[in-house]
Amino acid sequence: MAETVLEIRDLRKSFGALKATDGVSLDLVRGEIHALIGPNGAGKSTLIHQIAGSLTPDSGTIRFLGRDVAGLDMAARARLGLARSFQTSSLAREFSALRNVMLAVQARQGSSLRFLRPVMQDASLTEPAMAMLARVGLAERAHVPAAELSHGECRQLEIAIALALGPRAFLLDEPMAGMGPEGSRRLTAFLDALRQEAPILLVEHDMDAVFALADRISVLVYGRVIATGKVDEIRNDPEVRRAYLGESA
Amino acid sequence: MRRAVTREAATNTTLALLLLAAPLAASAMGEPFYVTLATRIAVLALAAVGLNIALGLGGLVSFGHAAFFGLGGYAAGILATHAFNAEPLFLGIAGTTSMPAIWLVAMVVCGLVALPIGAVSLRTSGVYFIMITLAFAQMIYYFAISWPAYGGEDGLSIYLRNSFPWVNTAAPLPFFLVCYGLLLLGLLVFRALRDSRFGAALQAARQNEVRLAAVGIAPFDIRLTAFVISAMMTGVAGALFADLNHFVSPSMLSWHMSGELIVLIILGGKGRLFGPVAGAMLYVLLEHVLGGITERWQFFLGLILLGVVLFARGGLIGLVAGRQSHG
Amino acid sequence: MSIALLIEQLLNGLQLGVMLFLMAAGLTLIFGVMGLINLAHGSLYMIGAFACAIVATATGSFWIGLAASLAAAAAAGAIMEITVIRRLYERDHLDQVLATFALILIFSEGTRWLFGSFPLYLDIPPALQGAVPLPGGGQYQLYRLAIIGVGVAVAVGLYLLIARTRLGMRIRAGESDREMIAALGVDISTLYTVVFALGAALAGLAGALVGALQSVQVGMGEPVLILAFVVIVIGGIGSIKGALFGAVLVGVVDTMGRFLLPQALTLMLAPSQAALVGGALASMLIYIVMALILAFRPSGLFSAQS
Repeated sequence: MAETVLEIRDLRKSFGALKATDGVSLDLVRGEIHALIGPNGAGKSTLIHQIAGSLTPDSGTIRFLGRDVAGLDMAARARLGLARSFQTSSLAREFSALRNVMLAVQARQGSSLRFLRPVMQDASLTEPAMAMLARVGLAERAHVPAAELSHGECRQLEIAIALALGPRAFLLDEPMAGMGPEGSRRLTAFLDALRQEAPILLVEHDMDAVFALADRISVLVYGRVIATGKVDEIRNDPEVRRAYLGESA
Repeated sequence: MRRAVTREAATNTTLALLLLAAPLAASAMGEPFYVTLATRIAVLALAAVGLNIALGLGGLVSFGHAAFFGLGGYAAGILATHAFNAEPLFLGIAGTTSMPAIWLVAMVVCGLVALPIGAVSLRTSGVYFIMITLAFAQMIYYFAISWPAYGGEDGLSIYLRNSFPWVNTAAPLPFFLVCYGLLLLGLLVFRALRDSRFGAALQAARQNEVRLAAVGIAPFDIRLTAFVISAMMTGVAGALFADLNHFVSPSMLSWHMSGELIVLIILGGKGRLFGPVAGAMLYVLLEHVLGGITERWQFFLGLILLGVVLFARGGLIGLVAGRQSHG
Repeated sequence: MSIALLIEQLLNGLQLGVMLFLMAAGLTLIFGVMGLINLAHGSLYMIGAFACAIVATATGSFWIGLAASLAAAAAAGAIMEITVIRRLYERDHLDQVLATFALILIFSEGTRWLFGSFPLYLDIPPALQGAVPLPGGGQYQLYRLAIIGVGVAVAVGLYLLIARTRLGMRIRAGESDREMIAALGVDISTLYTVVFALGAALAGLAGALVGALQSVQVGMGEPVLILAFVVIVIGGIGSIKGALFGAVLVGVVDTMGRFLLPQALTLMLAPSQAALVGGALASMLIYIVMALILAFRPSGLFSAQS
């Protein structure tokens, strides 16, 4: 059995009468892509928010690298090595693509309470950041403000930022959203190789990408995991077909 | 982008030289009043450069920076009064008339006051932050009024301007040069902060705090540090302002003062290195010119400010040097 | 310290609280519905006081003056909203602060221009002069009791307005979902003007009522405005209930602090010292209370958000 990086047990979160997360248990092991699928409103994003630390669960535990992360805020979890991308791109819009990535490089290197050296003349920031942009194919757009990047480029930039954190696990919330077929195909190939660096918990609506990439799939419906298994098991699971795949497949 | 940068640099250099040349010329022509006017510009600009760290870089709309401006002023007034009367301050510590010592005290006091105020205020954001900083400044204002030891409502006079090594601070021009030097130093500090890792995090916190947290930098720590540094710089300017006027009173702590400091920044250009300088020049000149024409100059100031906010965003620097670039 | 004195101070605190509520209710309503922070709310207070003083002097009737204060403040509010404020709804809070700060300069200097720098005086109407006896001996000014009564009436009236009327329904809808109420065919810009004028009228009423207790002068609205900010920060911005609670809390704590702190400190300090330290502490007390509340509930006690 591979090493478990992220372990979620019996997580619950309600908004009033709505049980957005209703006893979810889930894990992510080294080297895998674990896809989380489910119809709209199933609670996928709510779950990601709780793992990342931007929402507090009502009960249940989240262990990351063996450590209970309850009580750690988003920044502290990121420092432990939990990198997330957002469903809708969340960037420092006035900064160039390069400076967005440099922020992650700087965070990884330790304290940001450094006041003297100009960042743009600091090769220990610019070079790794440039390398990350090159990896996702954005090198030529390095000096363009994030606000002026296309939708697809913003998605690539989100990935570059996550990479620059040198994380121990990725939480990717619909990285393919709004990308064209060509972009999706390239990103699929990219993520395929990325799992060797750190395991990925992937929320995605693009079923072709999910079936091509996932080592395991969990299906979330009304805040509950109704099935977890290998791609073929999920494809053939009658309950999953009825609750979810049946509608689209 | 490169062109915009050079144009801003040229604008900044022009402003810096103008602010230096005008009082030199005025002094040569025997017009000390204009030297004092330029000193007022330099001091108010320094206060606003301090606020610009929090407001311009960090997006923290502090409506309470008069608290730090006034505390700096009182540091100068109180230390000078104790030195003048040869009474120890407390625990046998003597007062002082040395400006560098006073500035140091002003910075320490403002930093120590800004720390708890910032820690409470920064738990909130938006309108709450504006109102809470305003309320805390008001608390210090009322304290100054109700505490009679240092003049209460009447304020405190500084009979002799405090001293600076090898400089005759009593004369207008040398004192201007001291203030001008400090303003340049303040601008250097602002630029260094802006371009540093700290500045990158601070500006990111303004643009998108979730993004900053997602890479593992806690926005709160960055903002609190910025708030404290900002308060310290505004405090030094307050000490200079008291020396300029030979006087410190609760009006330096008033919310009008806080508003004025924000106005300086907005007139000049928010977040821009020389925004506060341009703003202070415009403000003091308006005050002087309009004030010479009508007693009701604040009425027209209000109209101009309203026009700038509604129709001319980006301030003077934005008008002259174009949009800001972030490399 | 007698019981009567204590009751008198409590009533004074309540009266201050009621007046703060009139200011805070408008501020918080405007923020809740339009998302706008209005520094010039204190100017509307001042306009109400001036209108009342001038009309009451001219007509000899406080009551006509009071009606004039409501009309003048509401009209000034509506004009302010139509000419300036509505351009600010989509702007950030910094622009709102600056533009309304500019309005304060314009209103304050404009008023000085028209009426000079000397304060005007407004007499308490004959029907409300005199005092009522308090339990435990002592007397209390009838006029101050009447102010408390007005405040209670306004609180009840606002509750009924918002809970029961069509306008109130629209206000509530406006707070939760602007697009929906536009979709319902409500003329949103008229609604905003009405809400703003309503808040302005309440501020004008407060100014007129207090004008008879103090002098009527330029700048009178500013200390009250800042206290009203403290009130709505404590109560939770956007919440009328919070404004009521916060206003009474601030009014009572401030008044009782000024009354009791110096006396309490005589147990530890010499009388002159106690008066000094107690007075200074009392002037800071509500801000300390505010800081404590915020430390535990950063968005106020009755926050509509979160």
